Amino acid sequence: MSGTYLGMPSFPEAAGKAVRDETLRGNLRHATHTIRDKRAKAVSELVDWPGLREAGKQIKDRTLRHLDDYLVQLEKSVTAAGGTVHWAADADEANRIVAELVKATGEREVVKVKSMATQEIGLNEALEAEGITAYETDLAELIVQLGEDRPSHILVPAIHRNRGEIREIFARTMSEWGRPAPEGLTDAPAELAEAARLHLREKFLRAKVGISGANFMVAETGTLVVVESEGNGRMCLTLPETLISVVGIEKTVPTWQDLEVFLQTLPRSSTAERMNPYTSTWTGTTEADGPKNFHLVLLDNGRTATLADEVGRQALRCIRCSACLNVCPVYERAGGHAYGSVYPGPIGAILSPQLRGMESEIDASLPYASSLCGACYDVCPVAIDIPEVLVHLRERAAGRGGRGHRLEKAAMKAAGWVLNHPAVLAAGEKVASKTRGLHPKRLPGASAWTDSRDLPELPPEPFRDWWKKNRT
Amino acid sequence: MRVALFVTCVNDAVHPSTGIAVVRLLERLGVEVGFPAGQTCCGQPQYNTGYRRETEPLVRRMGRVFEGYDHVVTPSGSCAAMVRDNYPRIARKGSDPELSRVAGSLVPRMYELTEFLVDVLGVTDVGACYPHTVTYHPSCHGLRMLGLGERPRKLLEAVKGLELRELPGAEECCGFGGTFALKNAAVSAAMGEDKVRNAVSTGAEVLCGADNSCLMHIGGILHRQDAPLRALHLAEILASTEEEPHA
Repeated sequence: MSGTYLGMPSFPEAAGKAVRDETLRGNLRHATHTIRDKRAKAVSELVDWPGLREAGKQIKDRTLRHLDDYLVQLEKSVTAAGGTVHWAADADEANRIVAELVKATGEREVVKVKSMATQEIGLNEALEAEGITAYETDLAELIVQLGEDRPSHILVPAIHRNRGEIREIFARTMSEWGRPAPEGLTDAPAELAEAARLHLREKFLRAKVGISGANFMVAETGTLVVVESEGNGRMCLTLPETLISVVGIEKTVPTWQDLEVFLQTLPRSSTAERMNPYTSTWTGTTEADGPKNFHLVLLDNGRTATLADEVGRQALRCIRCSACLNVCPVYERAGGHAYGSVYPGPIGAILSPQLRGMESEIDASLPYASSLCGACYDVCPVAIDIPEVLVHLRERAAGRGGRGHRLEKAAMKAAGWVLNHPAVLAAGEKVASKTRGLHPKRLPGASAWTDSRDLPELPPEPFRDWWKKNRT
Repeated sequence: MRVALFVTCVNDAVHPSTGIAVVRLLERLGVEVGFPAGQTCCGQPQYNTGYRRETEPLVRRMGRVFEGYDHVVTPSGSCAAMVRDNYPRIARKGSDPELSRVAGSLVPRMYELTEFLVDVLGVTDVGACYPHTVTYHPSCHGLRMLGLGERPRKLLEAVKGLELRELPGAEECCGFGGTFALKNAAVSAAMGEDKVRNAVSTGAEVLCGADNSCLMHIGGILHRQDAPLRALHLAEILASTEEEPHA
C-alpha cells in the first residue's frame, strides 16, 4: 500500500487527538447521522432487501472462489475489445506501469476520476516524482487535493471539512492549480460547486490522459463500470485520448446480470439514493468515440494473500459503499484519518491490515479499533461479518506478540487459570469483597478506566456466597 | 424442567444483586433454579481480545458445568451471544472434538433472561411493581447478535407503576466493548458520555439495561458526573414487587 501512511501512530493515539477536536466531531456527527437516517429509509423501501443482500454476498463469494478463471476471461474480453491488460503485483509495479503509459503519450498532466485503488497505491505521488501532475476531479477529492489533506471517508473524502473550511481552501489554493476561485466567493453550496465546475472544466477540456478506477469489471464482456454522482467521472472517461483504469482484482463480476443486484444495493447503501445519477460503462475502444487507447491495470497489492485467509477473505466482497462508516460510533468520534489508510472505518479496520500486513503500529492496532457493536455488519449490503474478522485479526495481532501483547498474553493466561479453578476464583472474590472499604474510586495515575469513569463499588459478598448461604 | 443460572463473572463478583434478582424472579414464576458452583466465565473477554486458545478450557468447563440442565439462563445478552455465536466458531477453529460437542449441546439450551421469560415461560407480565421513570438501553450484543427485539420493552411495559421513557439514540453503542474501554479509552469515554447525555435528557430516574458490563461503564460515568439517574439491571426491576420493592 501507499507509503503515504507509513509511520502513522497507532489508532488509539490518533483517535485520542481527534476526539478532542470539537469541530471535527461536530462535522462528522452531523454528516454521518444525516446519511445513516436517509440510508435506512432508502433501504426500507425495498421489500426484498435481505434477498438482495444475500444475492450480493453469493455473487461475490462465488466470483472470489473462481477469481483466477474470471480474471483470465476478463483479460480475453478486454483484449478482444481493443484494450490492453497489465498485471500489477503491488503498488510499485502498478505505479511504474501507469507512469510509463503516461510518459509514452508525451503528456505531463492527467485528470483523474475518484479512484480508491490509485489512492491506495499512492499514484499521485509516484506520478509527481516522474514530473507528471495528476488533477483530482471528484469534488471531494479536489477539496482534499487543494487542501493538501488526506481523504477521511470512502464516499465523501472531505467529510471532515465544513463549508467555511472549503471556501477558505478554494479561495487560497485554486489559483496555484489552475483557474482561481471567483472573487468574493461565499460558502453557499451552489457558489462552491460553481467555483469547482469552472476550475475543473478547464482541466477536462485540456487533458489528453484520464485515469480512473472502477466499481465493477464484467468478465463476460470486458466492461468496466463507474457509479458516481457528479458526472465528472464521465468527463474523465470520455474526453481524453488515452484512458488508464487501475482496478483491484476483486472488483470482477462474471456477468452483466450480476450488476442488477449491485446497482440496487450500492446507491442505496452509499448515498441513500434509489439510483445514482451517473452510471458509466466502457468496453475497450470504439472508432471515433471516446478514448483511442484503453489500458486496464489489474492490481493485486495484497488481495491474493487476503483471499487465502478463510475468515478474512470476506473483506474482499466490499463494494465500497461506506454504509459501515456512517453507522460506526467509533468512526464518528475518531474520524477517518485515525485509521491511517485510504480505507477508514470498520471496513478499513479489517481491509488495511490484511492488504498491508500487520507489521506497522497502525496496522497492528486497527483490529482493536472497534467496540464490536455489530452495527457495521447489520448495514453491510454484502453481509461482511466485520466483527468476526476483527476478532480473527486480533488473534493474529496477539499471536505476533509485540508491544503490550506479551504482558497481555501473560495476564490472559493467568486469568484463564484462575477462571478454570473456581475455588481460587471464589477465594479471590471473597478477599476483594472483604477489603472493599480500602478500594480507591479512582486508580492512581492516569488510568485508562478512571479518567472518565468511577469504578463500581464491590458488594459485601459475591453471588456464589449468597447462594451458599440462602439456597443450599 | 431443570434450569441452571449462569450468573456470569461480572455479576458474581461485582453485581450479585442481579443474580439474586434472577433467582427470586424465576422462583416467583415457579421455576426451580440450580446454580452449579463450578461455573466461572464464558471466555468472552479473552476471545474478543484475540486469545482464542485461552478460551478453550473455559468452553469445556461451561460444557461440563451445565450438563444435564434443560435450559441455561443468564442475565447478560453479551455472554449468551458469546456462547451462541462464538462457541461454534471456536469449535470450528479448534482441533478438539470436545469443543464441538459442547457447542452443539450448549448453544440450543442457552437463553438470555428476557428470551427465557418470553419464549420459554411465555410471560410478559411477571407481576412486578416498580413505580419509577425508566429509560432502556438495548446493549449491542442483545440487540444485534441475539435479536432480543421487543422482548425487554414488553416486559418493562407490563411492570406496574413503571413509566418507560424513550432513550434518544438508544441503539448506539455505549462504548464499553470489553477491553475496548481500556485499549481505546478516549473514544470509549466519548461514546459513553454521549450515551449518558441522552439518558439524562429523558429525565428518567433509572437507566435500565440487560447487561451489567455495559451498565458498569455507563454507571461509572453517571457516578463521576453526579448525574441525576442511576444504572440498574432489568432483572432487578422485574424482581421488584409491591411486597418486596427494590431497595
